Amino acid sequence: MAVMNREFDVVVIGGGVVGCAIARELSRYRLRVAVLEKECDIGTQTSARNTGMLHAGFLYQTGSLKAQCAVEGNREFDRVAEELDVPFRRTGKLVVGFTEAHRAQLEQFMKRGESNGVPGLRLIDRAEMDRLDPTAGGNFAMYVPTSGVLNPFLYTIALAENAVHNGAELFRSCAFTGEIRLADGRHCLHTTRGDFVTRWVVNSAGLQSAMVSAWLGKPGYTIAPVKGEYFVLDKRAGAHASISVYPAPNPDNTFDTHATVTVEGNVLVGPDSQWVEELEDYATSPAGLDGLAEDGARMFAHMKREYYIRSFAGVRPKLIDPKTKKVQDFKLEAPEDIPGFINLVGIESPGLTSALPLARRVAEKIRGREELSLNETFTPYRSGPPRFSELTLERQAELIAENADYGEIICRCEQVTKAEILQAIHSPVGAATVNGVKNRTRASMGRCQGGYCQMRITQMLRQELGQSITEVSLSSRGSYLFTGAVRGGGEE
Amino acid sequence: MKSYQAVIIGGGPAGLGAAIALKKQGIQDILVVEREHHLGGILRQCIHDGFGLTRFGESLSGPEYAQRFIEEAQRLQIECRTDCTVLHLTEDKIVTLCSRAGLEVVAARAVVLAMGCRERTRGALAIAGTRSAGVMTAGVAQHYMNLRNIMVGREVVVLGSGDIGLIMARRMTLEGAKVKGVFEIQPYPSGLPRNIMQCLNDYDIPLYLSHTVTEIRGRERLSAVTISQVDEAMRVLPGTERELSCDTLILSVGLIPENELSLDAGVVLDYRTKGALVDEYYQTSVPGIFAAGNVLHVHDLVDFVTLEAEALANAVTEYVKRNTMPDCKLTVVPGEGIGHVVPQRCSGRDAFTLSLRVTRPRRDCIVTVHQGGREILRQTVKNALPAEMLQYSIPAERLNAEGDLEVALL
Repeated sequence: MAVMNREFDVVVIGGGVVGCAIARELSRYRLRVAVLEKECDIGTQTSARNTGMLHAGFLYQTGSLKAQCAVEGNREFDRVAEELDVPFRRTGKLVVGFTEAHRAQLEQFMKRGESNGVPGLRLIDRAEMDRLDPTAGGNFAMYVPTSGVLNPFLYTIALAENAVHNGAELFRSCAFTGEIRLADGRHCLHTTRGDFVTRWVVNSAGLQSAMVSAWLGKPGYTIAPVKGEYFVLDKRAGAHASISVYPAPNPDNTFDTHATVTVEGNVLVGPDSQWVEELEDYATSPAGLDGLAEDGARMFAHMKREYYIRSFAGVRPKLIDPKTKKVQDFKLEAPEDIPGFINLVGIESPGLTSALPLARRVAEKIRGREELSLNETFTPYRSGPPRFSELTLERQAELIAENADYGEIICRCEQVTKAEILQAIHSPVGAATVNGVKNRTRASMGRCQGGYCQMRITQMLRQELGQSITEVSLSSRGSYLFTGAVRGGGEE
Repeated sequence: MKSYQAVIIGGGPAGLGAAIALKKQGIQDILVVEREHHLGGILRQCIHDGFGLTRFGESLSGPEYAQRFIEEAQRLQIECRTDCTVLHLTEDKIVTLCSRAGLEVVAARAVVLAMGCRERTRGALAIAGTRSAGVMTAGVAQHYMNLRNIMVGREVVVLGSGDIGLIMARRMTLEGAKVKGVFEIQPYPSGLPRNIMQCLNDYDIPLYLSHTVTEIRGRERLSAVTISQVDEAMRVLPGTERELSCDTLILSVGLIPENELSLDAGVVLDYRTKGALVDEYYQTSVPGIFAAGNVLHVHDLVDFVTLEAEALANAVTEYVKRNTMPDCKLTVVPGEGIGHVVPQRCSGRDAFTLSLRVTRPRRDCIVTVHQGGREILRQTVKNALPAEMLQYSIPAERLNAEGDLEVALL
């Protein structure tokens, strides 16, 4: 597994949505690009643990990087979704209010949104809300037509696959552990998979970005982890809803628990906001889940227990002023005193929307220092595997005729076929764990939560990748599913 | 489009039982559709014994019980397609089949829903904590251990005292795992008394009633669970929490009839059973679509699934021959002390079997059925348990064509 002294022009630390977007944008140029990801798969931390919302950009201070990137990312996303072949729907959003104080707030955010360049914002009354979505809570609302929903796993994977297709290299299970400067000014990055020598290093380490920044010579940033818990509701609940419903923002410009219809048709209820100590503790709490149940019911009329299929938590890496605790804008810098270093710190929400705009700004920083020539073979297009469940009967029949593996339904709830799982395992950025397969195909994301398909998926992982019984993992290293064979039992 | 007199969805005990009975009654064109590679359904992984005591008068293992029906179906040359999933079912009884051979759309005169049930998951219970490996339903553990010879853990906590959980507590103990206890949120067990005896007591596995798991710990693999006591309303009692180390949490917290296809066909479900609302002929709200077995209501013993499927076959045969069934306008209502009843509608003209579950354990009580205030059934029950399904024959001569039925536990 060790990689000795690989040489690159740019090494990106962090394989979340922003790191993968940076690799994709840099692969437009003739650069040797590597992405290092400490986990065994890309996009498993903040990038996987969020609402999947394409934000419009009305929430952020005018002129801030958050506002600029959100508006820019929102505007271009129809094209991006088409280029990368990822599911996306511009559903619009209702930011709802109950009181006159809420109304004043919404008016204020409408003004801010307009000065940020968010198109089409307007205040609507209950009658119009009923026309848009009668299940939405609230007495009036700000209607945000440009908000949308995307699948954050597939978007991150698509960016990575496109980057790899265009020549970037991806190193998973590869944790950055320290750096020294070589005599020629290049960085030598130590990792758990050997050393990487590079002219440029980009810190896109998300929750770990303050630490990585310090290790690369720029200490002093404070990341405050803010946890948010979620419920995932059954698609049968999703059938009642058509638009995301958010409460009026808090005074500190964050949203309380909201209800979002995902691009696949589930409903996400959450997140709440808890200032926590640990960066990567994703446990949900009894109090948190109780709170979601209560707050969620105000936003969504069908917040019922019978629709619960899962709960999870994500952590937002908020850059704060350590004295005032005030949340800061995204930090994107190329410190003068540290050549060959681009630093991104505190990329939280709206990071998903902002991934490509941030990536372009990283490329700009490099272009400001050196001449970059275009990669002539670059293509912005990536095509994902066909999703059987979303096709017409005619197309499904054609696919099975071409490849019989499409005729084998492995996940009953989400109708995922054997062919799709094989493609997820063998793609250029392939899955090696149960959750890796799940994030790429939706197999085991449905209401039975793998009760039918997990056994089949683990079997395929073993067959296709030659994993031994004890190597089969749920997600990260150490998340082994099995302890061995049964006593005296020749296996299978 | 190929057409069948009866398409049976599911090749487990209900589906096979129905198919065999239909064939014996002269229905020739039958198709059984099974998504798995083998017939037999969940029985294939139930390698313990105790099946067949009612139906065959002997104790069989799950695979042995299933094999009798598989062989009978083969002998009768019933068309069974395995590795074949039903993608869609319409109320016009058009069935879309998916297999490696392709998609095929077939028409059915009658459809028998026999899809069985699935297990309730951690997500549905909303247990807080981490998402570590090592948390699984009892049926998943049973599949890994009995069908794939894979061991799923060493230090085990079982949440819920459903029958599969009890069976797996014993099974894992026999495989050398340490089962630290079975924790049940209700003040009484949800599994059968014989399983409490043979699976827990015989192996010194403690059963804790009015206890539940309130938190799951461990970053990558499960390392511990928090156990809490609950009050009568199943609210957690603060201060009773304790941590129990384990690498495996087995959930046996309820079974849910698997009615995705039924809903797609417009079949109306009973919120109590989570299965179809049926009449005494096991016909659902959609004419020509029938249901039996665990897809209709969760049974305690497979023998009763078989018997129900065989009773359903009589009605399906009628339907296939006449294309209609008698009206069933009377409702059967679960009253005091009754969790659910099947059927939920009846004609008031024909005899039928009434199945029910009580809501909580009761000793020396009386099950009554009234029609329009008139008592038509009165049966004493020595020991009524929610874990056990109760069944009574309602004779035709006691019924009127008018007046709803109410079932109660006194």
